[in-house]
Amino acid sequence: MRKPDLSVNLAGITLRNPVMTASGTFGYGEEFSEYLDLEKIGAIITKGLSLRPRAGNPMPRIVETPGGMLNAIGLQNVGIDAFIEKKVPFLRTISTPVIVNFFGNTVEEYADLAARLDAVPEVAGVEVNISCPNVKHGGIVFGTDPKAASSVVGAVRRATTKPLIVKLSPNVTDIVEMAQACAEAGADVLSLINTITGMAIDLKSRRPALANVTGGLSGPAVKPVALRMVWQVSRAVKLPVIGIGGIATATDALEFLVAGATAVQVGTANFMAPDASQRIAEDMERYLRENGIADVKELIGSLRV
Amino acid sequence: MHFKSVVVSNLEISPGYRRIRLTAPRGIMEAKPGQFVMVKVRDGVDPLLRRPFCIYDVGTFSLEYPDTPRRYYLEILYKVVGKGTSILSYLHERDSVDILAPLGNGFTIGEPGEEKLLVGGGFGLAPLYFLARRLVDASPVKVFIGGRRKEDVLCVTEFEQLGIDTYVATDDGTLGARGLVTEVLEEHLSLEGKRRAVFACGPEPMLRAVARMCAKYGIRCQVAVEATMACGLGACLGCVVKGASHDEKAPDYRCVCKEGPVFDTTELLWDEAVNEVRP
Repeated sequence: MRKPDLSVNLAGITLRNPVMTASGTFGYGEEFSEYLDLEKIGAIITKGLSLRPRAGNPMPRIVETPGGMLNAIGLQNVGIDAFIEKKVPFLRTISTPVIVNFFGNTVEEYADLAARLDAVPEVAGVEVNISCPNVKHGGIVFGTDPKAASSVVGAVRRATTKPLIVKLSPNVTDIVEMAQACAEAGADVLSLINTITGMAIDLKSRRPALANVTGGLSGPAVKPVALRMVWQVSRAVKLPVIGIGGIATATDALEFLVAGATAVQVGTANFMAPDASQRIAEDMERYLRENGIADVKELIGSLRV
Repeated sequence: MHFKSVVVSNLEISPGYRRIRLTAPRGIMEAKPGQFVMVKVRDGVDPLLRRPFCIYDVGTFSLEYPDTPRRYYLEILYKVVGKGTSILSYLHERDSVDILAPLGNGFTIGEPGEEKLLVGGGFGLAPLYFLARRLVDASPVKVFIGGRRKEDVLCVTEFEQLGIDTYVATDDGTLGARGLVTEVLEEHLSLEGKRRAVFACGPEPMLRAVARMCAKYGIRCQVAVEATMACGLGACLGCVVKGASHDEKAPDYRCVCKEGPVFDTTELLWDEAVNEVRP
């Protein structure tokens, strides 16, 4: 059969396939360029940016847990000035869309950053992080209260013409309520889930395994939670959804599409293998061909309940 | 490089310590002492992450059949401390692992004329053996090996085979001098005359003592530090240590995998635990 069509469209951003790299797990793209072909993945989402550089949290910052890992990096990043000066020149050399994840301490900072990024032509879209669990003002305050989320998303919407993705936190009672608030405030796309707050203890020392005490759980362990939330949100909200959470194989990724996601982000699996996202995209194509599916879009939301 | 590797041998060299030889592409011969590798000890999600190891040695070998081409290998010296190293310890010949290598920055060799003092504790000897092999033809080299007990003193024979003067200290006196290896080192640092450089790898308290001692005698010292890592590529920022100017109000974190694992001791903060490693 003919080569299947893997392309999807996210609010005007055309992805050659639905496989993106998740913010915070892929640096600024360049770090991984030796290990995979960046032209073979759908999009790159860069490490969360703030107005000023951030040093991040004390260490230890990461610990492995069964089927996953906890991290409390603390949104360490180079800041928007260094991003534009030092990271964008590399990103300009690839044709794969670059989506910039960012966060602020206040609604005004979110809007400032959105306006700055709006002026950068290499940025195909933005992903607003209202969901980092590891810093006091790193988004989670905005990510767990629908009114606060709405004010941030509204301010960003007014500050940018670029496609606007809002990344949701799973650390809420009602994910649909949060999703609807963001949709009404002007989001074009919703991505979920960010990490689930968790902790690990070293019994010998009776100390937390992370200096921050709690951290965000990611990896295959969170996939069932993520699938459930993607399914709930995609049937309740009209916007395209990006599924994130424990995707390590094409099977995982396809399950998210069936649940209702239009695209997926590969996160922790980039640490298991730096070429994970490319491999998932290739395996996805093989699955379509072997199953006689001409267009990946046929799978989106095809869950038979 | 990212490659599948086959186990050539996996030997216990002292109780709890092992040395594994793994096939590698030709490019491994470009690796520098102090650089490290990330090993996925088996497929799947348990364990989830790769484990970082300093390179102990690289080289070539031939299979025991006529006319087979020479092959390239890398060796890792490791202590069985947790799940990853435990699985590694059970691997047999022909088992395979997945490797990223070489990663990070190696030691700066410095001038041939200076005396090179290598200080290691436990499996911290791993990058120092590779370094010694590179140094020994051009420079006078001494190695100082510490351990809690004689079982923790590694590689003495290997260093002696390179013709290097070897000094040993154990906490309980079961091998070499009784006491800390840094005490033996200081006797040599305080000698008059020669230009010297120090290279160290081992437990954090040992590195801190070496760093302070070298500062006192005005001797350049490089250390290879250990950290829990997820990616090894500078992306996750999980493996930081405190830089020299660090304080709580103005944090200074250095990324071990990308900026290290070798640091000049003047780059790091030494007045408290620089690094906490949990198995």
